[in-house]
Amino acid sequence: MNTPIMSVAGIGKQFGGLVALKDVTADFREGQITAIIGPNGAGKSTFFNILSGALKPSTGTLRFRGADMAGVPQHDYVHRGIARSYQITNIFPNLTVIENVRVAAQAFRSRLNIWTNRDLYKDIEEKAAATLASVGLSARAGMLAKFLAHGQQRALEIAIALVADPALLLLDEPTAGMGPEETREMVALIEKLAVDRTILLVEHKMKMILGLSDRVLVLHHGQLLADGTPKEIQANSEVRRVYLGQNDGYA
Amino acid sequence: MSIVRDAEIAATPTRGGFATLFSNVNRWRVPLSVLALCILPWILPSQALAVNVLIYGLVAVGYNLLFGYTGLLSFGHAAFFGAGAYATGIAIGAFGVNWFAAMLIGLAVAAVLSVIMGVLAIRTRGIYFSMVTLALSQLVYYSALQASSWTGGENGLRGFTVSVLNFPGFSLNFLDPMIKYYAIMVIVALALWFVSRVLNSPFGAVIEAIRENETRARACGYDVERTKLLSFVLSGILCGLAGTLSAMHLSIVPLDSLHYHTSGLIVMMTLLGGAGSFFGPFVGALAFLSMEDVFSLWTSNWQLIVGVIFILFVLYLPKGIWGTLISWWKSR
Repeated sequence: MNTPIMSVAGIGKQFGGLVALKDVTADFREGQITAIIGPNGAGKSTFFNILSGALKPSTGTLRFRGADMAGVPQHDYVHRGIARSYQITNIFPNLTVIENVRVAAQAFRSRLNIWTNRDLYKDIEEKAAATLASVGLSARAGMLAKFLAHGQQRALEIAIALVADPALLLLDEPTAGMGPEETREMVALIEKLAVDRTILLVEHKMKMILGLSDRVLVLHHGQLLADGTPKEIQANSEVRRVYLGQNDGYA
Repeated sequence: MSIVRDAEIAATPTRGGFATLFSNVNRWRVPLSVLALCILPWILPSQALAVNVLIYGLVAVGYNLLFGYTGLLSFGHAAFFGAGAYATGIAIGAFGVNWFAAMLIGLAVAAVLSVIMGVLAIRTRGIYFSMVTLALSQLVYYSALQASSWTGGENGLRGFTVSVLNFPGFSLNFLDPMIKYYAIMVIVALALWFVSRVLNSPFGAVIEAIRENETRARACGYDVERTKLLSFVLSGILCGLAGTLSAMHLSIVPLDSLHYHTSGLIVMMTLLGGAGSFFGPFVGALAFLSMEDVFSLWTSNWQLIVGVIFILFVLYLPKGIWGTLISWWKSR
């Protein structure tokens, strides 16, 4: 399919005098995996926060499936089909692993009901359990999330976003702090997820990005430096100069 | 600060005998709590103390919904307790309303006040939230002090008595201490059942998620502000209910019931018993009031002793009495 699921036009963001993002324009097509790369401070996080509704852009428009997202509060983004994971693990530490996912699933069923016993929502529980199984955490379901190992917390992080069954999944450094084995597992998971959804991810591991993504955006000093297939990006001399050349394989 | 949560109870991966026992205890928490309250007047040195434990226990349970479960530290809950008490007292004394209608009026006033305070306070976070609730509740305190023709000002509200609770077909002598205790206990038991339902509801899961990680709860699709407001109002109404009971029990509403001392008392009881556990606040109220009862016989500076004990708890048993017991049970 070739319709853009998300399009940004002239997006900019200023924090006081600091220009974090300047005039970024891009369309994201359904079913693609797009990677966003760039040196530290390039504006990747700001860009991601705007795409997920955590920040509102200072200039420009964000459209999701044709609808302007300007007046949409952040908590509605996931209901429209945009979910994200976080670079720094952002889970519910003192809830059990299954409850972390269950409460995320429950948002689509009931939010302010103070009377029904939530144990009656068997479908929500099953959905949470299935999502947990898909990231390989079933055996840890009853544990408090804060006691999980780092890699497992990363997997839980993804599961919380995934249970929303988003059309557009934003992954902020999904393999942050992971070893090679865990990274391979995560790549396999992302490939599996990409079958029926659009994925945007911020990553630092170049080899992983080049193998995984259909398209790469390069941000530099808050501006879009390059936009193309992994091969085109690798061949782009400007990109090599500011980014790839400095430190092959890892930035 | 680490606080024990009911979720931890369910979180034990391998259940020992005590842990299984505990999960059963948790399932039957309302009947067991009521049972404990039934025997309370028989083991405490005085009836008056037992009634106070009921009333302050309810305040602390209501407060715990906001503090222990939603993670919002309010320093202004005396406003709801006092407002419920004043509204009930004025309804009976000035308008001759019957006890049940007066209670409903007390609840309604506490609800309206908590909506107003909630809307203003929830826009802020952390220490600012605490400060705004403190400031707003002091506003209520000084309003009550100024409106002395209605509230009796410094002398407190007097001149109303509930001597009989009339029901269709029968009536209860509210002056009999035992009948009074059990009448109030029935209302407190209903409130406990209500709180237990709220904690088991979808909303109960959302407030815990907000306490654990507000940012993530929002990203999961929850309107954090609305959820916090609902929690604030439910908590305010429960404290208001305790206020109406206090007014009917004492036949006087002291101005102090609106003072921030009372708010501080509520926070202390909740922490002492164990914030974020169902029965902890009740245990806290019982411990605090018993200490007051015992130590004030020895010295008029009893607060000194209670204060030291409170500090020791915060430093060494941050989960409170009940919370510590729960973790000990689970780990067996």
